Amino acid sequence: MTVHTLSVLVENKPGVLARVSGLFSRRGFNIESLAVGTTESPHISRMTIVVDAENSPLEQVTKQLNKLIHVLKIVELTVDDAVERELQLIKVAATSGTRSEIIEIADVFRAKIIDVDAESVTVEATGSADKLAALVRLLEPYGIRELVRSGIIALGRGSKSITEGRTLRLQRSA
Amino acid sequence: MQMTGAQAVIATLEAQGVEVVFGHPGGAILPAYDPILDSSLRHILARHEQGAGHMAEGYAHATGRVGVVIATSGPGGTNLVTALADAHMDSVPIVAITGQVARAAVGGDAFQEADITGITMPVTKHNELVHDPDRIPGAIKEAFHIASTGRPGPVLIDLPKDVLNSQVDFRYPEQLSLPGYRPTVRGHSKMVREAAKTILSSRRPVIYAGGGLIKSGAHAELLRLAEMLSLPVVTTLMGRGVFPDDHPQHLGMPGMHGHWTAITALQQADLLIALGTRFDDRVTGKLDLFAPHARVIHVDIDPAEIGKNREPDVPIVGDGAVVTQQIVEALEGQLGDGVSAPDLDPWWQQLRTWKSDHPLRWEQEADGPLKPQTVIRAIGEKLDGNGIVVSGVGQHQMWASQLIRFRHPRTWINSGGLGTMGFCVPAAIGAKIGRPDVPVVAVDGDGSFQMTLQELATATTERVPVIFCVINNGVLGMVRQWQELFYDKRYSQIELGTDVPDLVKLADAFGCVGYRCDRVEDVEQTLDKAFAVGDTPVLVDFRVDPTEKVFPMIPAGGSNDDIIESADEWYERGAPNIGGAGEPGGAGLRDQAPL
Repeated sequence: MTVHTLSVLVENKPGVLARVSGLFSRRGFNIESLAVGTTESPHISRMTIVVDAENSPLEQVTKQLNKLIHVLKIVELTVDDAVERELQLIKVAATSGTRSEIIEIADVFRAKIIDVDAESVTVEATGSADKLAALVRLLEPYGIRELVRSGIIALGRGSKSITEGRTLRLQRSA
Repeated sequence: MQMTGAQAVIATLEAQGVEVVFGHPGGAILPAYDPILDSSLRHILARHEQGAGHMAEGYAHATGRVGVVIATSGPGGTNLVTALADAHMDSVPIVAITGQVARAAVGGDAFQEADITGITMPVTKHNELVHDPDRIPGAIKEAFHIASTGRPGPVLIDLPKDVLNSQVDFRYPEQLSLPGYRPTVRGHSKMVREAAKTILSSRRPVIYAGGGLIKSGAHAELLRLAEMLSLPVVTTLMGRGVFPDDHPQHLGMPGMHGHWTAITALQQADLLIALGTRFDDRVTGKLDLFAPHARVIHVDIDPAEIGKNREPDVPIVGDGAVVTQQIVEALEGQLGDGVSAPDLDPWWQQLRTWKSDHPLRWEQEADGPLKPQTVIRAIGEKLDGNGIVVSGVGQHQMWASQLIRFRHPRTWINSGGLGTMGFCVPAAIGAKIGRPDVPVVAVDGDGSFQMTLQELATATTERVPVIFCVINNGVLGMVRQWQELFYDKRYSQIELGTDVPDLVKLADAFGCVGYRCDRVEDVEQTLDKAFAVGDTPVLVDFRVDPTEKVFPMIPAGGSNDDIIESADEWYERGAPNIGGAGEPGGAGLRDQAPL
């Protein structure tokens, strides 16, 4: 099994997320992460889907996704040709004795402290999967109370855009 | 023009050129039923929404036009699900219009509420819950476009009651806004040239023609392609009729209950020219062992079908008729450039030998019980290729497909992919409404028939003179066959009883003409009487031998090299374990679902 990152451009219509995620579940794929939001055009949303799958069944799912009327374009982004980021918020147990150590670790990872109280510190971190995993490993000994991840979002490197043209056509037809 | 949403629905249907709709009214869809009274639409009142759905399918199959079905919210919609799933599997263009509870009530478990767009998402090509009354004409126009273009399929439009009651400024949209939907019609020219080259260098080619060629109206192009190089042709269950059965190049139907020569030709071929077909498991048998020596040219309008089951050597996405014509032209070009046509004489000698050595094998004793094959073949001879045959699902379906000689596309209508028992009666009514000019014979089994027989009332009241022939063996025949062959004759839950219901009395109760026939010598005469009735539906109860089995047969999961041609052969071979139960990696017969 290999991890794949798919960027899926869809028309911003009700139910489109259910259609896309339904296709994955029907084929027995487990989506590792999914992030969705509008693009530079409010008519178009972009989903970034990370899925663990063999190549050939994934190709079949991609083809089925393309058949959905509201799906405009699907691009697979690879580590080499794309930048990927994920945001994590980590609530770490803290005492007056450990708080400064936690803040120091956060600093090393260029993470921010966004909430503090007597018993905890909440860290905001962005980065690649490896970096975030390393941060979590270092914070674990203090006791992680809660952790939330945004799911990976990704863009291809360089000046090319996968939304160009699409956006124009949609705006013209809208 | 100002009108209600409901009026806009009907006005849009009229603007789409719809003449007939099938349906059943109810609470949430009530507003749409009022303007039907003032419209040009003929509404066929089905007795069950599933029936209405299959009628729309039968109409679409027979005419090539989009079938329309209307139902109410909740159970109205859920009763449509089987018909939608059937249309989805067999690529039948239908548009379903359902009522929904008012927008404010959606999601609140209101009376007769069901999330029908959610429920039907996996079994429709597309669906939409319309929130904005002004969206009605656009949504319906798009539905027709999506249903009928590309790979056809069902589209459902769900309309909340208050949307139907809203005032809208009706404008029939000039243009469609479907930026994510652009089916490829023309084949890639490089691939087309490659296909022609591959065909010209083959020695044992076979055209494997499927239902997509009927949908794309490709029968003339197919005939040209086949005849220009004397290519042998097999037609799948969904493709029957696209190539004339009496054409000398036709080898029959491949698959689990196909003709021996058609199955074996695919197995021995060095090239499959697969046109509008999807390498379904009922055709391929065990996929790894299917057509092991063949290169594959695969033409389909649905890119997701290419490489789904069998990786092709030459993949071509495009419309069946357009691409077949492109291939013909590319062949003409390459032959013109001096490439010689393949010498298929040795292949044809082989095929002809197979054909004469392996005819369909079944016996009718003059004084023995009436065999189902006798009846079905007589129906075929009576029609002589000029009429439409609609079937249910089971043994009778396989015999009808094997034994009736089809000459034209859209003359054989059945439920192939989903295998929907109960399809026959309503689909035949829909077909006859679409094609009142030709005889429509419903060949049904007694099991299938009892799933939707209430639609006989529709046939009578709407004056749809279908000839319903029930091949009545009193059992669920295909299940019985499997239990005999694979479960040591331990018959479980297959007895229906030949006399319940009494089909002649049933015919009378429903206002149909009823006949019964249980003797070989009466078959022809009974059919003559049934065909002579003309203006009223006829129901014929053919009492047939319940022990008869469909052969040839390839047990599910078996290789297409192991064709069993008769019950005698099966028992002579000691009920061979062809599915490979117990072998490593073998699919055990008992693990396979019947049918």
